[in-house]
Amino acid sequence: MFIRKSADLRYSDVTPKQMYVNRRSFLTGSLALGALAGAARGMKLNDFKKTSYNVGDEKITPLDAITHYNNFYEFGTDKSDPSENAQNFRTNPWTLQVEGEVAKPLTFDHDQLFKIAPLEERIYRHRCVEAWSIVVPWIGFPLNALLKQAQPTAKAKYVAFESYYDPRQMPKARWSGIQFPYVEGLRLDEAMHPLTLLAVGLYGESLPNQDGAPIRLVVPWKYGFKSAKSLVKIRLVTKQPPTTWNLAAPNEYGFYSNVNPHVDHPRWSQAKERRLGEIFRRDTLMFNGYSEVASLYNGMDLRRNF
Amino acid sequence: MNRAGVRRREPLLGRILSSRWTKVVLFAACLVPILLLAWPLFILVTSGYSPELTANPIEYITHYTGTWTIRFLLIALSITPLRKIFNQPKLARYRRMLGLFAFFYVCLHFLIWFVLDKFFSFPDMWADILKRPYITVGMAGFAMLIPLAVTSTAGWVRRIGFMKWQRLHRLAYFAALAGVIHYYWLVKSDVRLPLMYAGILGVLMLYRLATRKPAPHRSAAARAASGKSPATTPNTASLPD
Repeated sequence: MFIRKSADLRYSDVTPKQMYVNRRSFLTGSLALGALAGAARGMKLNDFKKTSYNVGDEKITPLDAITHYNNFYEFGTDKSDPSENAQNFRTNPWTLQVEGEVAKPLTFDHDQLFKIAPLEERIYRHRCVEAWSIVVPWIGFPLNALLKQAQPTAKAKYVAFESYYDPRQMPKARWSGIQFPYVEGLRLDEAMHPLTLLAVGLYGESLPNQDGAPIRLVVPWKYGFKSAKSLVKIRLVTKQPPTTWNLAAPNEYGFYSNVNPHVDHPRWSQAKERRLGEIFRRDTLMFNGYSEVASLYNGMDLRRNF
Repeated sequence: MNRAGVRRREPLLGRILSSRWTKVVLFAACLVPILLLAWPLFILVTSGYSPELTANPIEYITHYTGTWTIRFLLIALSITPLRKIFNQPKLARYRRMLGLFAFFYVCLHFLIWFVLDKFFSFPDMWADILKRPYITVGMAGFAMLIPLAVTSTAGWVRRIGFMKWQRLHRLAYFAALAGVIHYYWLVKSDVRLPLMYAGILGVLMLYRLATRKPAPHRSAAARAASGKSPATTPNTASLPD
């Protein structure tokens, strides 16, 4: 029946089984914080400052859409799969390692992720390669703040990212058509650019599981699949690292994957996008509107280096 | 009453398939997919967001109508195998309705794309048809279904003759194939569902191939001996099965 008694109750509102089954120990406070990591609502983030990173009069996408329309193939390939299947994804404890061509390799546990650098809120456009887009109020800190702590050596030319993969928590991953663990990469200057963000939250709370908890990359001028979720490794490397979608279809997903209305995906156009919540498509902007990154690509043929 | 004067009741399945109520029930059942969208659509229009339709309702409904097109096509194409396997010729009475519903859903699928993606622009539509292979093949499938919908009535069967009509309606196989390729060419990496529909279509086609009546075979020597040229030898290969 589609006539709901309470129109806004959703699967994500259901008390996670672990919490319900152990509700007595939850009430006495002895249930580990880790179990709550599976709950749909994140923890409130308090100490972040607002920034001027914004998108003019474009509307911020409602939280419902950001948290129920996701590509997170580890949890299934339907847009509604991640919010359904990532409920019990354990994001605490967590380990993020920074290694490779660095003078100071670093390791962070879950709570330390929120203290790497002062948190700030940035409102970014997020453009999927499938030609839909959203506007997200991320909370995080620039990636360069972390990289500076690790002190890349002179040999470091690229940054490689690896996402968490656990076939037991992610049984649907094997049917998605791509390989895991999910890997991504940036050129060092792209990684050091002030726009490149490591996000630990959105909409004033820590990241929901389906959006890449507890920490993810956000590169707003590139197609969304470059913004790897649920990071466990950041490695400084000397050669261009492999990236998952490029491995799956090299002629469709390039290493750079800058948002570019003039370079189509082989099978569909990239000239327009569907902004979620709007009826008609809008024109796609070069670099997703972040023209300040154009200087990174001076002299590069962006059709060949797509 | 048969000749011996004993009353024999027709089997239940046969009675169901003959009843006019079955057509009514089937018609209602074919409407269910679109009816299931009605309430979420109402919520969407009045409140701005319906969780069932996802945060991208246009994409969802486009995909939904496309999926039901393929499903109805495959169901319609399974009538002939089912009627032969279960010896229920009356199943054929329902094939037209199923085919027309496939056409109904493909029209919705096309309209959503033409209105909400191309904004009624014919030049934009043509550009896509020419440049995007998955749209080329999708439009071909749609185009193939149009003459089938138009000639779906008994009047048309009489007008063009059963043999020609049946040959025309073999376009249904190609329309289904076009639909499956269209679907395969638009998914990013998870090809399971397109392959599943392709598999079902493959089985239905293999069945038809396997149960085709073979043409009568006369060796070249026998033909020469009888003094008849190939042109005057009746060609029975194209008789319908």
